[in-house]
Amino acid sequence: MAKSLFEEKLYSREFLVTTEIGPAKGADVSEMIHHVDLLKDKVDAINITDHQSSVMRFPSIGGCLLVKERGGEPILQVTCRDRNRLALQADLLFAHSRGIHNVLCLTGDSIDVGDHKEAKPVFDLDSVQLLKMARTLESGTDFAGNQLKGAPQFCLGASVHPEADFIEPQLLKFDKKVAAGAQFFQTQGIFDLSSLRRFMQYASQFNVKILAGIIVMASARMAKYMNENVPGITVPQAVIDELATAEKGKGLQKGVEIAAKIMRTIGEEKLCHGVHIMAVGNERVVPDILEAADLVSVRA
Amino acid sequence: MIVAEQKKLDEIIRMIAPYERVLILGCGTCMTVCGAGGEHEVSYLHNALRVAQAKGGNGTHTISEYTLKRQCDPEFLDMLAGRINDVDAVLSLACGIGVQAISERFRQLPVLPGVNTSFMGMTKEWGIWDERCAACGDCRLAETGGICPITRCTKGILNGPCAGTKNGKCEASKEMDCAWVLIYQRLENLRQLDSMRRYYPPRNFRVIPRPRRIVTKAAVAGGNNG
Repeated sequence: MAKSLFEEKLYSREFLVTTEIGPAKGADVSEMIHHVDLLKDKVDAINITDHQSSVMRFPSIGGCLLVKERGGEPILQVTCRDRNRLALQADLLFAHSRGIHNVLCLTGDSIDVGDHKEAKPVFDLDSVQLLKMARTLESGTDFAGNQLKGAPQFCLGASVHPEADFIEPQLLKFDKKVAAGAQFFQTQGIFDLSSLRRFMQYASQFNVKILAGIIVMASARMAKYMNENVPGITVPQAVIDELATAEKGKGLQKGVEIAAKIMRTIGEEKLCHGVHIMAVGNERVVPDILEAADLVSVRA
Repeated sequence: MIVAEQKKLDEIIRMIAPYERVLILGCGTCMTVCGAGGEHEVSYLHNALRVAQAKGGNGTHTISEYTLKRQCDPEFLDMLAGRINDVDAVLSLACGIGVQAISERFRQLPVLPGVNTSFMGMTKEWGIWDERCAACGDCRLAETGGICPITRCTKGILNGPCAGTKNGKCEASKEMDCAWVLIYQRLENLRQLDSMRRYYPPRNFRVIPRPRRIVTKAAVAGGNNG
């Protein structure tokens, strides 16, 4: 039996669509709830980010509970930056107990890129070890080998960076993530389809599902800013130039067009098993992208 | 060696404010090499404090100076005995170990740190020191091509690079090399990439319960010859 609705779809759907919501900076979650309601029936699962870019926010696990409450399918993002192995295991047990079974296991961005630069970076584990640890919990013992009363179950994912400028060490780590138990991958932002094609030639030897990361840019300025400041993102100059052609106030619309175009090609050519849309603060336009990409026939 | 940076003058002035007679105490080993607290720096600091005092109203101190060969070693501390009787505080320009050694030895004497102890490193070129060892107590350099991921990767991760590496640099700083890129390249040259393909379990932090103590065989009765 599938461990979650998302896992069931992972192995039955032709083409998957996931997206993500960045939690609120504060206790007011009304906008998050609005975004959950807007997106929950349009995608196969919604990731809730875990202090994305090391910026302190409402917790991922709290966001996942909101998704559950509103009838959606959450993917819990877990990073190793802020919690040691005790706290991480406890969070995983809690997630399972609340019906949150999809977990994206990440190392986490450096503290230096965030808004609490003086905080202590934890990194007791890395992403590969986190995957291993989740699988160990499933086997009925904790990471120190002690017996658990009740074992959790997870559908585990991880990330990979097909457009990295030095791909070999990234692929080596990808292998380790697969071996450690990752079932699906949501990639870093894809802009250049030839790098996705190359990556899929490599990845297709493994029995894992690859969802191409699609970043929605709101302006050429935002693209340049991300290139400079956001780990794991390289927006090619051609995309920045295309964004720059947008009329004043229409940058996001252009970003939606670009994202939809990439998604449509990926879907029509079945370059991988789905897409993961990262709208970075513009969650409200995700339905527009889906409409423009017109993946209905692909997803049937 | 241990690398440190001398504290800012205004912080030092604030620290010594309550004490009239202050001995600036340099250290002749690591602090001399890294230029944070050797004989020269003691003398410069002495002058700087005198000038600051002459300029304006920070109290009047009687400052003396001396540099020990090593502040972290009890046998050298005996040489201080005659010099500390007529001071109210010692401003030590040793690393944190030296400061504490003085403090443990002379229990009635306030000891103030004049430097911030930074790391264990090596000289890159004159005036530039790079951290190279985190003293993790579980050396794995044999598996990483002689490049330490615990020290040189900002996250200290063990199973390869994160996705933040770009142009061979770290996401935390564009000035900093990505340790895992260096490790990969070095292992490739050595034809030892298999050691990077292995899974490494989480670190064992039990090997570094603080504070640590090492007891050599020589220190154990009858342990001299193994």
